[in-house]
Amino acid sequence: MSAPPPGAPRRFEKLALSLKAYPTLLRIGLAEAVAYRTEMLVWMLTLTMPLVSMVLWSSAAQGARLGPERLGSAELTAYFLITLLLRLLTGSWVLWQVSEDIRSGTLGQRLLRPVSPLVVYTAEQLAPLPLRAALVLPLSLGLLATQARAQLTSDPWLITGFVLALPGAWAINFLTMVLLGMMAFYIDSAAGLFYAWMGLYTLFSGYLMPLSLFPLWLQKVSDVLPFRYMLDTPVKMLLGWPIAGGARDTALGRGQALTSLGIEYAYVAVLALLVVLLWRRGLRRFAAFGA
Amino acid sequence: MAAAKHTTEEALASVSAAVSPLAGGTLSATPAPTTGETAIAVSELHKHYRVYKRPPGLYAAMRSLFHREYEDKQAVRGLSFRIACGERVGFLGPNGAGKTTTLKMLAGLLHPTGGRVEVVGHTPQRREVGFLKQITLVMGQKQQLLWDLPPADTFELNRAVYDIPTAQYRQMLDELTELLDLAQIMKTPTRQLSLGERMKCELVAALLHRPRVLFLDEPTIGLDVSMQVVLRQFIRSYNERYAATVLLTSHYMEDVLALCPRVLVIDQGQLRYDGELKALVHLLRPEKRVTVRLSGPVLDVELARLGTVVSSGPNQVVLQIAHSELRAAVAHLLERLPVTDLTVEDPPLQEVMRDLFARPAPPPEPPAEAL
Repeated sequence: MSAPPPGAPRRFEKLALSLKAYPTLLRIGLAEAVAYRTEMLVWMLTLTMPLVSMVLWSSAAQGARLGPERLGSAELTAYFLITLLLRLLTGSWVLWQVSEDIRSGTLGQRLLRPVSPLVVYTAEQLAPLPLRAALVLPLSLGLLATQARAQLTSDPWLITGFVLALPGAWAINFLTMVLLGMMAFYIDSAAGLFYAWMGLYTLFSGYLMPLSLFPLWLQKVSDVLPFRYMLDTPVKMLLGWPIAGGARDTALGRGQALTSLGIEYAYVAVLALLVVLLWRRGLRRFAAFGA
Repeated sequence: MAAAKHTTEEALASVSAAVSPLAGGTLSATPAPTTGETAIAVSELHKHYRVYKRPPGLYAAMRSLFHREYEDKQAVRGLSFRIACGERVGFLGPNGAGKTTTLKMLAGLLHPTGGRVEVVGHTPQRREVGFLKQITLVMGQKQQLLWDLPPADTFELNRAVYDIPTAQYRQMLDELTELLDLAQIMKTPTRQLSLGERMKCELVAALLHRPRVLFLDEPTIGLDVSMQVVLRQFIRSYNERYAATVLLTSHYMEDVLALCPRVLVIDQGQLRYDGELKALVHLLRPEKRVTVRLSGPVLDVELARLGTVVSSGPNQVVLQIAHSELRAAVAHLLERLPVTDLTVEDPPLQEVMRDLFARPAPPPEPPAEAL
């Protein structure tokens, strides 16, 4: 018996195998999501916070205009409807799976297969999206069409920008969740980190309110954090609002949208690099301590 | 019995002699096996863990926030052995002996602290595709089956990730399904299967890619006797059909007896014996166990002259008799005593193992240098 010779083909062997296996991974992932259909419905109900925010902020804005963008009830309704849509389509909770796999040693079973567990995690997280979309899109699009159609941009470039921003938002969500889950390589429980992360996310992503309603100094803080690219920025692209604040009559320019997309994907690249490096390091630790 | 004591000492010396030629063996510097015969080669393998220690109580919990104490645990200490392609080898030892740790190192899940390992020409910890496609690790207490989906979905997943050609997959699946009688449960969610059915499916999932090396860690744990027999037969037939190498750990000695002509015995991370199972039994217990049914009373003194009386009842007595004296003793029993039935067996393997592990282990060695 002899090992295959070392060289370039072997380097891409895992990648080629992963790509070939990916459609099956997605199909099995979807089958699992369907098996957990009740859990999925309950989980989706827990994500309706934007609807609560929509009701509260729309009431608060009755007959008034809020913030530099002079947001009224119709604008806020549109903002939170798109927020809901994004949250359901780009959310990822892979942290719990990664953390549990490491703590229980189940990761060992995943590592025995020739496709990286990270690739399998992406498939497991992406697979339920069609199901979620089937449940969410009719309601959200219906509400958008009846309640907020006038607020949506008609610029095809910005609509394209919004569509392109969705995978980036999902990737930032997924990668940060993997990073947090991987902390189980080093600490007993990643739950505390998750709650800290969720606190920051809720505040700085635009989940609770549009970032432009924040005091100026808090907006500046949010500018240098990745959270806004997961929610606030894509939402504003679809609404055609200026991303970095400012009066609403200053429409969002295509250049600004492109810059935002660039920053968003730069975050994706940095996070992906961090995940790969820390994953390798974590695996060595996992292997050293007892798999 | 002075004679029996003497033979036990001799046996222990023989066991040490059986181990020592292998324990000091070294591997060739070239990474791939050259003979085409060796499936697994292990040389001076060490694995040390750093274990966090904390005494019970609130004070200790608070103290551990600022100061943690660790202890080095030597799970495997200088293990060396070779296993040829197609061999079935039992890996025996008490709990905590280092069996599972060694299997995980051989499967590439654990990085050795020192020493060398080669499995089918690969260094396991690199977990190359070519390596992973040739091995499997079945752990009786861990599962790879998708819990809420039928086993058929896990099999399909493995077909994809191992890139098994469709024709081979179909043929292998049909064959394994028939051998293990799984047709009825292929579409039942795993969570609704019995433990035995799940274990059979685990084996199918683990073997679909037709691995050449099987690491089996307690594959029959928790199963009833008939299911254990089915799995043993299945493992044996897979080994024979595909010339696969099997390294098996089990606390059920029946597994080992039925499957493994050769055993490796480890204790406290060190190899205590490497050789034929039969030879181990003869070395440690150079006696046979003779069960005699009697139709009338016999004096204990008369029986004690023939060997050690293990147990004695109104109509049955169990004797332990040295090999060299067996023929004469049996002849004596049959001619002189009211014997209605007589059976001669080896002592139970559990007792042999207990004897072996009751001996003090060799002293720990200093840690080897990290890889």
